[in-house]
Formats: sequence, C-alpha cells, structure tokens
Amino acid sequence: MTGSIEDIRREALEALAHIADGERLADWRSRFLGRRGALNSLFGTIGALPPEERAGFGQRVNALQQELNQSFEERESLIQSQLMARDLEEGEIDISLPAYPRRRGGLHPSTRTHREFQTIWADMGFQVYQSRDVEEDEFNFTLLNLPPHHPARDMQDTFYTKDPRVLLRTHTSPGQIRAMRELGAGGTKPIRVILPGMCYRQEQVTARSEIQFTQVEGLAIGRNIRMSDLKGTIAEFAKRMYSPTAKVRYRASYFPFTEPSMEVDVECFLCDGEGCRVCKHTGWLEIAGSGMVHPDVLRNGGYDPSEWSGFAFGMGPERITMLKHGIQDIRYFWANDLRFLEQF
Amino acid sequence: MLVPISWLREFVDIDVPVELLAERLTVAGLEVAHLQYIGLPQQSVPGLRMPSSDHLVWDREKLLLARIVEVKAHPKADRLVLAMVDYGAEELEQCVTGATNLFGYKDKGAIDPPIWSAFAREGAEVWDGRSAKPKRMTLKGRELRGIYNKSMVCSEKELGISDEHEGVIVMEHEARYVAGAPLADVLGDVLLDIEFTPNLARCFSMIGVAREVAAVLNVKMRYPSFDFLAAGAPIDGQVKIDIREPDLNPRFTLALLRETAVKPSPFWLQRRLKLIGQRPRNNIVDVTNYLTFELGQPMHAFDYDKLVERAGGPPTIITRLPQPGEQLETLDGVMRDLGSETILVADTAGALSLGGVIGGGDTEISEETRNVLLEAAAWNNISIRKTIRQQKVHTEASARFSRGVHPSQAILGCGRGIELMRQLGGGAIASGLLDAYPRQPATVTVQLPIERVTRLLGMEVTLEQAAAVLRRLEFDVALEGDVIRATAPDHRLDISADLAVGQHDLLEEIARIIGYDQIPETIMADEMPPQRENTTVLIEERIRDILVGQGLYEVINYRFTSREREAMLAPSSAPSSLPEADYVEIANPAASERDALRHTLMTNMLETAINNARFQKTQQVFEIGKVYLSRGDVLPEEPLHLGILLTGERKQAWWGEGNSRGEMDFFDLKGVLESLLHALHIADYTLERGTHSSFHPGRSADLLLAGERIGSFGEIHPELAARFKLTAARVLYGEFAVELLIRHHQRLHAIEALPATPAVLEDIALVVNADTPASEVEAVIRQAGGRLLKDALLFDVYVGDQIPPGKKSLAYALAYQDETKTLTDKGAAKIRKKIIGAARHRLKAELRSQ
Repeated sequence: MTGSIEDIRREALEALAHIADGERLADWRSRFLGRRGALNSLFGTIGALPPEERAGFGQRVNALQQELNQSFEERESLIQSQLMARDLEEGEIDISLPAYPRRRGGLHPSTRTHREFQTIWADMGFQVYQSRDVEEDEFNFTLLNLPPHHPARDMQDTFYTKDPRVLLRTHTSPGQIRAMRELGAGGTKPIRVILPGMCYRQEQVTARSEIQFTQVEGLAIGRNIRMSDLKGTIAEFAKRMYSPTAKVRYRASYFPFTEPSMEVDVECFLCDGEGCRVCKHTGWLEIAGSGMVHPDVLRNGGYDPSEWSGFAFGMGPERITMLKHGIQDIRYFWANDLRFLEQF
Repeated sequence: MLVPISWLREFVDIDVPVELLAERLTVAGLEVAHLQYIGLPQQSVPGLRMPSSDHLVWDREKLLLARIVEVKAHPKADRLVLAMVDYGAEELEQCVTGATNLFGYKDKGAIDPPIWSAFAREGAEVWDGRSAKPKRMTLKGRELRGIYNKSMVCSEKELGISDEHEGVIVMEHEARYVAGAPLADVLGDVLLDIEFTPNLARCFSMIGVAREVAAVLNVKMRYPSFDFLAAGAPIDGQVKIDIREPDLNPRFTLALLRETAVKPSPFWLQRRLKLIGQRPRNNIVDVTNYLTFELGQPMHAFDYDKLVERAGGPPTIITRLPQPGEQLETLDGVMRDLGSETILVADTAGALSLGGVIGGGDTEISEETRNVLLEAAAWNNISIRKTIRQQKVHTEASARFSRGVHPSQAILGCGRGIELMRQLGGGAIASGLLDAYPRQPATVTVQLPIERVTRLLGMEVTLEQAAAVLRRLEFDVALEGDVIRATAPDHRLDISADLAVGQHDLLEEIARIIGYDQIPETIMADEMPPQRENTTVLIEERIRDILVGQGLYEVINYRFTSREREAMLAPSSAPSSLPEADYVEIANPAASERDALRHTLMTNMLETAINNARFQKTQQVFEIGKVYLSRGDVLPEEPLHLGILLTGERKQAWWGEGNSRGEMDFFDLKGVLESLLHALHIADYTLERGTHSSFHPGRSADLLLAGERIGSFGEIHPELAARFKLTAARVLYGEFAVELLIRHHQRLHAIEALPATPAVLEDIALVVNADTPASEVEAVIRQAGGRLLKDALLFDVYVGDQIPPGKKSLAYALAYQDETKTLTDKGAAKIRKKIIGAARHRLKAELRSQ
C-alpha cells in the first residue's frame, strides 16, 4: 500500500500544478481531501492492515494530508492573486456610461425656504404658530387697525367669500391677533412666534404676481421689547439667511398694524451691493416689512400698550427663493412642472 | 407724484445733491421710486448706488438762454423764417427755423416785449426733433435753402423736456433772465417720483413734500403768501353757503373775482403743470390745478354768471346728499346716477358737482367767463372713498380728499387761489371770503414722557433732541419736566388723541427724522417665552422627508377649485365620496374654475399629472395642504391632507442589466404608504377593500387606524381616468388625513434586542383558493409560527398550468429564530410542520411540490 500513497501524492500534485481556476481547484480538493476523497479512502484501509503497520501507515497518510493541504493553500492563493492581477489589468469599464437611474425626489422650493426660515427663527426662540387661511374680515383688517374704508385696504385686493364677513387672508398678520389671544393668557405672557402660511390676493396672475403666495410673519411681545431689538433681530436673520457680512438698510414706512413701521433692505447678495439688474441698480433688495406693534393691535390682542410692547415683521419666501435661484417667473411655483421641481 | 426740484426750491433751500435728498427722503418714509432728469447731469454720491440715466445733459457752454429780437422772412422759403437771436454775444445770431410759433412775428420788426427761448450753438448735442425714436444729434453748420446756418432755437422735444415739436420754446420775459446764461440754470430740473403710503396724506403736494425736506435737512420752510388783494365790492349778499351734511362737508369757503379775463396761462405756470403731467387749459382752471399740487388743497372754479342765471339772482351753494334718482353730467362727459352716499355741491336749481371729486359741465369756466366763484372745501375722506368706488372716477382732487385733507387748508387755498387768478387774469377780488366751518377738528396734544421714547426705541434720546425734531415738523412743543407736550400742526390729521397711539405717532416721527440708522441693533433682553415643540409641524415635515426619501417630489397646488371640477371625481355609477360639507365660495373669483376652495387635493393633483405627462414618463409626487370644509360655522374647518400620486414606469429606462420596467400599480403605492407608516411607527393599521368611489373598486383600499378611516388609495376609477385624459398609464392616487396620522404616530417606541443566535431560513409555497386574500394567508402563517417565526415575506404569486384552476400559489420566505438558543434542524422542522398544518386546516391549503 506504500506505493499507493506515493501514487496518490504524485497524481494529486501533478493535477494541482495544472489548475488555474477556482472551480477546478474546488473539484481537486473534494477529489483528494474531501469526505469521500482519496485520502479518506486511504484512512479507510487502515483497519485492513496488520496491527504493526497501522501506526506507520497512518503517519504517512497524515503527512500527505498536511502536504496536500499546504499545496492547496499555496495554489489557491496563487490563483487568487492571478485572478486579481487579471481583474486589475482587464477589468476596466467605460466610466462614461450613464449611471443607473435612482429615484431622487425633492422638496418644493417654497418648503425649502420655509425650513431655512424656521430654523433660523427657532434658534432665536421664535416658534411656529399656524393660523387659518379663511379668515374673518375682523381679524384680517379691523383688529389690525384697518377699519372698513381705511385707505390701506386699497393696498390689498381681497378675495371675499359669499359670506361678506369672511375672506381669504391677504397676509399672515391676522394670525398675530389669534396668537396673542391664544398664547398671551389675557395679556400676561410674553410671545415669540413666527406665522408661516399661504395668503391670497385677487390679482392678475403674471410673471410677478400670483393669486396665492406664502408669507412668514414674526411677532415678539414682551414688557420690554424695543425697536433696537427689532433691528438687531432682523439683522441677525439677514446675516444667517444671506451672508455673515450682509449690510442692512432700514427705511421708514407704513403698515396700519405697526408704528413706527419700517421696510428692511439687505445689500444685494447677487452683486454685493455694486448694483445689478435684479436690485435695479440700487444695491438693495427689499426683504421685510416690520415695525413696533401698534397700540390698538396690542389692545386687540389683550395687552395693555402702556406696559407691553412688541415688534412684528413679514417676509415673502417666494421672492427670496426667486432671487436666490434666479427664477424669473413666480408662476413656476404652483405650476408644479417636474422639470422645475427636479432642479432643487 | 412727480415733484420738480425747481418747485421744491421755492419753499426750501436744498444744499445737498438731489440724489442724496432722494435717499434721505426714502429712508424717512417718502419713497422716491425714480429720478427723472431734465438737462442736468446725474451726480454721484459716495456710498449711493442708482441706475444710470440716459437723458440728455445740457452743455453749459452750448445750450443757452437767448432772446429772440426779431423774426425775418427767409428769402427763398415760405416755410422757414430767420430768427435773430441775442445770446449775449456781441453780434446777433441768425437761425434758420421752421418753428410755426415764430411765423406771427415775421417781418414785424423788433419784438417787444422780447421773447425768450432756448438756443443751441454749433456742436451742441440735442435730440433729433424729426426722429420718431429718440436719437441724439450734434449740431453742425449747413446750408438751409441757400442760407448757412450753424445754430438753432430749440423745441421742447429737442431738449428732452417733452414730445412737443410744433414750435420752439417761447417764454415771457422775466427780470432774472440774462441772455447767454446756461439753459440748465433756467430750465434744468430733476423730478422726484414719490410714492406716498396712506399715512402721508399731508405730503401729497409740493408744500407737503417741502415740509418733509425742511425737517429731514433741518432747514427752514418758506411758505408762499396766502394773502390776497381785495379791492372789489364785498362778497356778502352775492352768494350764500348752506351745508346740510356737516359731517361729510366740515368746511366750505368761497371767493369771488370780478371782471377777469380767461386766457392761456403764462409759460412758467404751463411749464410746471406740464412737468408734473397736467395739461394746461386756461389761467383760471390752471390755478385750481396748480394749488391742488402746490398746497394739496383741490379747488373748483364756477362761472359766477351762470350760477346767477340758474338761480335768477344771487346763488346759494348747497352741499347735500342726492335726492332719489338724481343725475349729473360731469366734466368728463359722463351722465352719472348719483348714489345715496355721494355728497353734492348744488344750487337751488340742482346738482353742480360731486363734492371733492369732479365738477359738472353746466357751470364750468369758458372763454366768455368774466366773474369767477372759487370754491375750496373740506370733505370727509370715507365719504369720498365711497363715491370713488361707486362712481369709478379718479381725479387729482379725489386722490387727495380720499386720503384726507385737513380743513384748515381750505381757507389758505381759497385766498392764494383767488389772488393768483387776479394776477394772471386781472379783475377785482370781492372783499371778504365766505367761510362756513361747522366741524372744526379738535386740536391734538400728546403727552410723551422722554423715558418712553428711550424705552421703546432702545436708544437714548434727550428731551431737547426729541423736542427739536418735533419742532422741525412744526409741532408746537412745550416741556413739562421730563414730559413733552406736543400739539400737532394744523395740516396733520394723522396724530391720534388716544394717548398710547398718539405716543407711537410721535415716536415714529422722532425715530424717522433722527434716522432709523441711528437706532442700535440689540439682542432681545426680554423674558423668553417657554419653548415648546410644535408636534404638528414636526411630523408634517417628517412626512415630507420620508416621501422625498422614497423618490417623490413635493408639489404645491392652487387651493382653489370649483364644485364642477370636484364633481368630476365621482363616476356616473356612484355618489361622490368627498367629505360632506359646503364649499367656501369666492365672491370675486379670479376665474370660474377657481370659484371655491377645495375639499380634496385630488382634482389639482390629477391636473398636475396631465400637465406633466407631456414631458414625463414617470411621475411620483405628493402634496401636503389644507382642504376647506364649511360645516355651519362662520369659518370652515381646515384639515391638512396628504395626497400621493404615482403613474408611469416603475423604473426608468437604462442600459444595464435587469432593466425590466413595468408600469406602476396598486402595490407601488401601497409600498409608499406602508413605508411611511413604518417610518412614523404606526403599526396597528388595517387595510380594507376600498370604499371611495373615485377609485377602481377592485383595486383600491381604505386605510384604518384603530377603526378610524384615515384615507383611501388605489388605482383611479377608469371613468375618471378617461375624463381627465389620464389613460396612457395607470394612475395611482391616495389621500390621507394628516392630523389623524399625526395623532396615531408613535412618539416613543421600544426597539427589539439584537439576538446573537442565527436564524434558520426556508421557503414554502402554499396553494390556496384564488380568492383567499394574501393578508389572511400571512396571518395564519404568523399565528402558527408564533414567537419563533421572525419573518414571512411573500416573494412569489403564481397562477397557471402547474397548479389546479381556481387556485394560486403563494411562496413565502420564512425566518425562524430563537433568541435564547440556536435553533436545531429538528426545532425548525417543528415550526414548519405547525405552519403547514394550520394552513391545511384553516385555508385548505396544500404545500406546493417543487
């Protein structure tokens, strides 16, 4: 049987030397080293040997097994490194082929801007207060110091409903009254909220005006809220929204529900204030209307204006989105053309 | 309103460039939208950006004020004349011109008094008067019908003043004119185009703006004279005033000018009116217009003799409300039905004009008018607003009275107006003005402690500083300790008598005149309100993120729709499944298909799908937005809905392996929904066969949470698909109530520990009746598998030749696992046996042989 061991060894090593791929290597392994392989057959013959030869035979078979195992591993690693080398050499692909499509999805640009707003204002302690779209005339106008026939009502083209008491809010400001009444606890608690939402105006739909648009209103009420706080707060917002070095200009203006009132301009971030088509060569972009809450509005919200004061501001996210992305036509916003939405 | 700087300078000295003045006015609240230059160069101011103007700048050496001394005939041309021009040089210049307005002087010798005009020397740049489009030209010498000519007398068009090119500029002699002076110093101007917010009614005139300029620049205001020279017989007995509605007409004044002449106004007056866009008519009417703009007090002139004729004697001017059915033909030629609220100026014979809005034709000034009765009155601004709205008439007078003109101004206007008329037309002013003043506004005095200024502005303002600012604005200021007592000047109606409001009124004045830029920027030191998260907003935004993560795009649609459009959502065979509620209907809709607020997002979502179908093979979109349900209360409910729409190919075309596309179906949408529910940790939901009539009844489902219906989804009903022309591909749509989802979402959820033992995986295929729902099969498997069955995933559904008819084969990948110990083959076989047993017993299922 000694010759048999040697025969198997020669046969195995010779076969192994010709193997160049993993599949045949696995076959080889099961042929010689597997459960029903050649070596196990040899071990199976031990019982048939005379007792004195059994130990020596077993040792030799064991030695062969070790040798073949080692040879196998060497061959395996050789094949692997050859395969790897070949893959590195020949496995080049055309990387210019188009990518496999992934479904992307995206937020509406208006939502994106609203989130930016909300993050910045939340950091300054302003929480989101959601108010209603369909409003009473009283909340949209009268309680905001715009009684019937007030000239400022002409500034807003209102959608009225068939119930003359009810309209679609023309601005987010009626939410000020609701927020004060709901959160102010009868004029005893400070408030810091932003009021985002859809507003509506009866206008000709053009590239520059829409019948619905979003606004973000801000309101801070306290015992010691100053106009300097309004300036500081808006300037901080402008720095975070536009640029850390954004210059801000304040202009006296008029809103019936604030006094003193002011318009806020930020240095044009498209031309760094040098003057361009977008800022109409003035170097400034209008970003917010604001002011100190009018005493009558404070009263209507339940606060005593001799003890409490506040500021309010309103901004138009669509306009800011348009400026930031060079959108020329406001009608893109609600037309929902996917070719537009996919660009955000 | 256009404000010529030349006109402003009459009332106030302006020592800064116009460009800087415009910026100062703008930040003080008078927004200068635009500067319009006439002849003068645009000046650059450090730190100030402005659009560059492409106007013609008049060369100070070559465009000069000149005197036309004589006009001679052109020897060879009838339609040309030779103007002999004195422009300050030693010799007269001869200009060949076709100016028709000089023909009258032809060959009449020296002109006396001399006429003045604009003279352009050789090399001067002017606009080409004959070109239809603006075109510059430089004056060069050339022969004109045999006579060499190198200069010219200019028309307004050639100088860029107006489009007028009929004749050359002709100005009456004024003492200050010097031949050869730069034209820019005489006719050069800059117009400030100012937009007034409603609180600036008092500024709606040259004097009104000048007051602001004086306050902003801290210079003195120079008022014109309001005196008049009354040399005629007294007005008493010539006319009476009878105010019947003093609340609507708080003041009415009259002046009478006798024996005057109606004729064209002099150059200076015409020029000012033309500068601001008004057409000159005659000296009388022009003065009323002039004062409307100069003082902000609109006025009306009557032909006195016509009034006498109508009354058959001295007239009585009555201001009253119309009688039922009363009509008046106004100056614009419109016969008007007078509403019940229009205040009229009338006499005993009937209506004369709409008070403060527009005059009637009957008594207007004509060339024959000799005696003029001038009215300056005050009107209630709300009443005027109602008239404007009712009559749809907008005039310079109504623009001012509707904003509010203080009654104190009427008497000033009356006096200045009648005097100007006398100066321009001659005649004698009747002594005395008639002044009926039944409602004098109370004087407003506001007490303002200086501490309140500092506290509300956040800036230290001294008592003296605040008082000085208010005095600059013509407040009468007294100091009592630390309190300012400020009495509003009598041209202001905007200072409130209410203490808190009045204080804010003054604060605004102090702040804007000191300059908002002087107020520091501070961080709020006030108490911070408690910070609570807004769960609704949080989850709403989470839903957006989850859906975007699944490859959906967010859309935002109009919230408008119409009853008819939403009615299209129900198939003809079934009633609508939309919420039972009334619509919020728009009284003045933008379009008839947008005359109500939506009950569902579906209509607009389907239309968005149609619009996109032209460009997209596949659409996956969602919207989160309100719907509006009117349920008897004044205001509707405004619940938030989520709409999801999928249509088109499941995968985009691509070049690689496995590009089997296939059209999206019910299960794609179900997958989106279940992923959303999973991410919101809503586990205890059930799906039932759909009940919403807008969907295919066999391929739709309702989502229920704890028995409550949250929404429906599925393939849209084929009839809808046809109606909306969405038949190219299946359209999957679902709509869900967001607030209900939020209510059911798990804020906190426990996780399962990660087992260390391996799972045993195996597949089984069960053959069941074709109508057995897959959810039932899975339920049986899960129940039988018990604690050790970790997962049962359906990976194949087969119907066909290999199994009996009326049957289907459902293949599941099962995972068994025991967290406490490694599961043996025997243990796994036991679970498998239990599952198969239960399926046989409860579903009559057979194990499908491989």
